Amino acid sequence: MKTVYERPKLLKEAHFHYCPGCGHGIINRLIVEVLEEMGLGGEAICVAPAGCGMLLYNYFEIDVIESAHGRGAAVATGIKRVRPENLVFSYQGDGDLAAIGTAEGFHAANRGENITVIFVNNGVYGMTGGQMAPTTLLEQITTTTPVGRDSCVAGHPVRVCEVFATLDGAAYLERTAVNRPAAVRKTKKAIAKAFQCQLDGRGFSLVEILSPCPVNWKMGPLDACSWIDEVMVKQFPLGVTKDGTKPTGGAKDVTAATRGGAKDVTCS
Amino acid sequence: MRQLMSGNAALGEAAVLSGCTHYFGYPITPQNELTEYMAKRMGELGLCFIQSESEIAAINMVLGAAAAGARAMTSSSGPGISLKQEGISYLAADELPAVIVNVARGGPGMGNISASQSDYFQSTRGGGHGDYKTIVLAPASVQELTEVVPLAFDLADKYRNPLLILGDGMLGQMMEPVDFDGLARPADYDKPYILTGAKDRPARTIHSLIFDTKLQEEHNWKLFRKFQLMEQNEVRYETYLADDAEMVVVAYGMGARIAKGAIRRLREEGLKVGLLRPVTLWPFPAKALREMAKTVRDFFVFEMSAGQMVDDVKLALEGEAHVHFYGRPGGVIPMPVELSRIVARHYYQARSRDSAAKEEKR
Ligand SMILES: Cc1ncc(C[n+]2csc(CCOP(=O)(O)OP(=O)(O)O)c2C)c(N)n1
Ligand code: SF4
Ligand SMILES: [Mg+2]
Repeated sequence: MKTVYERPKLLKEAHFHYCPGCGHGIINRLIVEVLEEMGLGGEAICVAPAGCGMLLYNYFEIDVIESAHGRGAAVATGIKRVRPENLVFSYQGDGDLAAIGTAEGFHAANRGENITVIFVNNGVYGMTGGQMAPTTLLEQITTTTPVGRDSCVAGHPVRVCEVFATLDGAAYLERTAVNRPAAVRKTKKAIAKAFQCQLDGRGFSLVEILSPCPVNWKMGPLDACSWIDEVMVKQFPLGVTKDGTKPTGGAKDVTAATRGGAKDVTCS
Repeated sequence: MRQLMSGNAALGEAAVLSGCTHYFGYPITPQNELTEYMAKRMGELGLCFIQSESEIAAINMVLGAAAAGARAMTSSSGPGISLKQEGISYLAADELPAVIVNVARGGPGMGNISASQSDYFQSTRGGGHGDYKTIVLAPASVQELTEVVPLAFDLADKYRNPLLILGDGMLGQMMEPVDFDGLARPADYDKPYILTGAKDRPARTIHSLIFDTKLQEEHNWKLFRKFQLMEQNEVRYETYLADDAEMVVVAYGMGARIAKGAIRRLREEGLKVGLLRPVTLWPFPAKALREMAKTVRDFFVFEMSAGQMVDDVKLALEGEAHVHFYGRPGGVIPMPVELSRIVARHYYQARSRDSAAKEEKR
């Protein structure tokens, strides 16, 4: 008999706390599947966010540290500079990365920090009850945009991949979704590519994942999945935004410790 | 070998000699020479220096580096130290070691870049949110600065707690002779908590989120017991001409240097004035003060602030002695002669108060 489905060993035997139809659970599972398939469970160090993903350590059988809200990329930077041989990634929501932690994410990307960010874009602050996120669409109703997001008052939805793509230190940026089986498979590939980018010492990698939050979108799980295709991707087009090849920088002959694992790279 | 160095540079060299491998900083006067020294030195040694995008990022890089097992340090001055408080609270909650340097300046707000002692409350009361403390070391000379740095790294590792070195713009920027000959790199501690990847062991987690209030309370009591141990074991202070003193000046850091000058003058005039200089601002040398109060009736607190440590002196003395105060806030640095005049006035007033009381008894 052929095994077609198994619980990944890196996934603890615990119940996810996520709401029904939430994308976080799928993304959690994809991460451990990729780690397991790449044989990286023993090397991986994950930085968990403040947000619905904050209890990752209850599910992942790998080393995990919690960060303060938004500081994931800075904490990951600190870890990576000590342990360049480990695979270091942060898991961050859209409030976490694109509001309070914009500076930390942006500058980690700009330094070409050799880390990976798994960026969960669900268009709202899930954990705190569905307030507006920087990624909330115009006219989208949230608890803090009760009549819909108005750009005159609350600005515009932020496209993280496109913004980060302008930074020379960002090596690999891709936007995917987890609302359909095919999209889930693509997301898994993107995560694997981002981790490989880090293993190859190419610098900063980020996968932005459009993820349903049915509870705060006030939709059924299936409608939430359709809404991603029908509405969300118009603002957040799927695909690879950047696939650079070489880390760039100013210093010559930097060591792995100073550069954080882009090993034996001579920056020009 | 003795050499002439600024406090900021000497601090940097002492950190390197103490085994600091990771430094994260953001420019702010009057500590820039330290960040610049680390940029050069860490680069030469192939160690890690990052000029971060903010003090918030720097302290969180420190947190990551500490979680991964490194001896990590950051430095700043008042406005930047305020930004670091978030990370310091997390370091304390996570029980991670780190050394944070505050080369203090005049405040509040942007304030100025002159030396000041107005960050005493922020330093000694935890500083960030939640129920925690950090050891605060307050050296009074460039040489002493180099001596507290290895101690700082050692105590941070020993207690798995962030630790503050509190200096000021004068200490940071003035040059004094120093030698590093006696500086021994503190021993490495076993760190069974650090994140290295769960290769040949069960996975580890570091987090401060504790939803269960009973467990959160347990964690807070655990931290509290650790702080009690620090209070028992880590109090450090210096006394100067205190044995026969009728009035004891309590001052720290550069304030104590000024006070020493004032006390020498007062002694020349025959006034029995001595000094108690807390080296650890937290834990505070409360016991030493109470012990002194058995024979000394008057304590004179001098600070370059509008009065912060004076609260701790009053708490320590529990009404057992009179507490006098003189402060200069805002980055003003008084001369010893100014302080000596004020102390002398209080000294004579205390004497006449005591003789008046004796009269009344008769
Ligand atoms: C400094 C700070 N501010 C606010 C919060 C409260 N908080 C926790 S999670 C969160 C937002 C989470 O939203 P997002 O990052 O989009 O993650 P999601 O829950 O949607 O996955 C906020 C505001 C906090 N923990 N810390
Ligand atoms: S609030 Fe939204 S993001 Fe959070 S667990 Fe529920 S569905 Fe998922
Ligand atoms: Mg969100």
